[in-house]
Amino acid sequence: MNRKIRVLIAKPGLDGHDRGAKVIARALRDAGMEVIYTGLRQTPEMITNAAMQEDVDAVGLSILSGAHMTLVPRVLELMKANGQGEVCVFVGGIIPEEDARELEKLGVKAVYGPGTPTTQVIADLTQMVEPA
Amino acid sequence: MDIPERVLQGDRLALARLLTWLENDQPRGRAALDALFPHTGKSHIIGVTGPSGSGKSSLVNRLALQLAQADGSQPARRVAVLAMDPSSPFSGGALLGDRVRMRDLMECPEIFIRSMASRGALGGLARAAGELVLALEAAGFDIILVETVGAGQSEVDIARLAHTTLVVEAPGLGDDIQAAKAGILEIADILVVNKSDKSGAESAAHTLAAMLEIGAELKAETSAPQAAWKVPVQLTSALNREGMVSLAAAIHEHFTWLNASGEWERRAQARLEDLFNRLLRERLYEDWQRSQPQANLSEALQSLRKRETSPYSLIERLFS
Repeated sequence: MNRKIRVLIAKPGLDGHDRGAKVIARALRDAGMEVIYTGLRQTPEMITNAAMQEDVDAVGLSILSGAHMTLVPRVLELMKANGQGEVCVFVGGIIPEEDARELEKLGVKAVYGPGTPTTQVIADLTQMVEPA
Repeated sequence: MDIPERVLQGDRLALARLLTWLENDQPRGRAALDALFPHTGKSHIIGVTGPSGSGKSSLVNRLALQLAQADGSQPARRVAVLAMDPSSPFSGGALLGDRVRMRDLMECPEIFIRSMASRGALGGLARAAGELVLALEAAGFDIILVETVGAGQSEVDIARLAHTTLVVEAPGLGDDIQAAKAGILEIADILVVNKSDKSGAESAAHTLAAMLEIGAELKAETSAPQAAWKVPVQLTSALNREGMVSLAAAIHEHFTWLNASGEWERRAQARLEDLFNRLLRERLYEDWQRSQPQANLSEALQSLRKRETSPYSLIERLFS
């Protein structure tokens, strides 16, 4: 059997800064994961539909626009409605501390700020995700 | 409800989960496909191949939209896309980026897209691509677009999976001798010169058409004329949404020809035999490997390393 962790890396909302998303996508690839990269300016509907079709183990959302308190809960809600409530969702970007705690309460597994070593994200994901 | 039943009823999450099982070669995936197999064989499988950067994903983006909508001669069709990208030979991981170019499709949730890593397979398709296509057929898609990894000259597996193979070229990739070489151009049922917005596209199309002409003449000398399909050259610009109506029409024409000529049946048969042969080879190898005491094999490999036995005589010895 040949199991791989599959991760969707998405950029919801309107900011165009995708370097962080690309760095994380590349790091996860180099850690042996299969990373589906969706590109910029995705709606929560597009992201969750992709997560379903790709049957991913985890979804990483990169947000630098400040709209995380709108976008992330919507993604979580849609994933639950699609029957993917158990999929690990993590967020990267500029997220104030209190917002991060709030998102974690809603079901986000981890929130990563600037300067997080990619090795930490890889270690966390490997631990949190049991590939299907 | 179990997975096969849910797949037949159009449950997308169940389908996605089944695709994962098949990709990972899990026994429950095989069991589900057993139940679904009678429901396969009705979809038109269209392969899309060509060099990296020729615009395969962008073309699939536009083409899938074109095929999904009803136009003058065709009803609306259910379309699925299976898109390959290469796995890293070092980490085994993969960055699957076809969705970046398929943005329009992502706004159409009824079009099902699945990204697939090649996982070390070399023919342009992942090992389990055939099994995933079977599952998509059972799920009731009328058209399944299979996009290969960027293909050079010898990634021709797609021709044995698809009913219709599109080879996508772009201007500036080679001269007429490149076009005469064996390999990927030979498998084209339809040749697409994409990026027609760029200079040199017309002349690339002429060069390719001329090479096809020579090929068709040579073939006519040796085979029955009524069976021949004349490979059309289609100019498209996925960027400017040009040429899609004409390309969809050419695909439909090929579909009609496949059915009229008996070639549909022949290709469908060849595809199933291919799948069967591969599974048989894998099974024989696994069974044989399991039957060998581990010490036996490592000892044998040791004698190979020391140049005491050649690979040929080693195999003879293991089977004697």
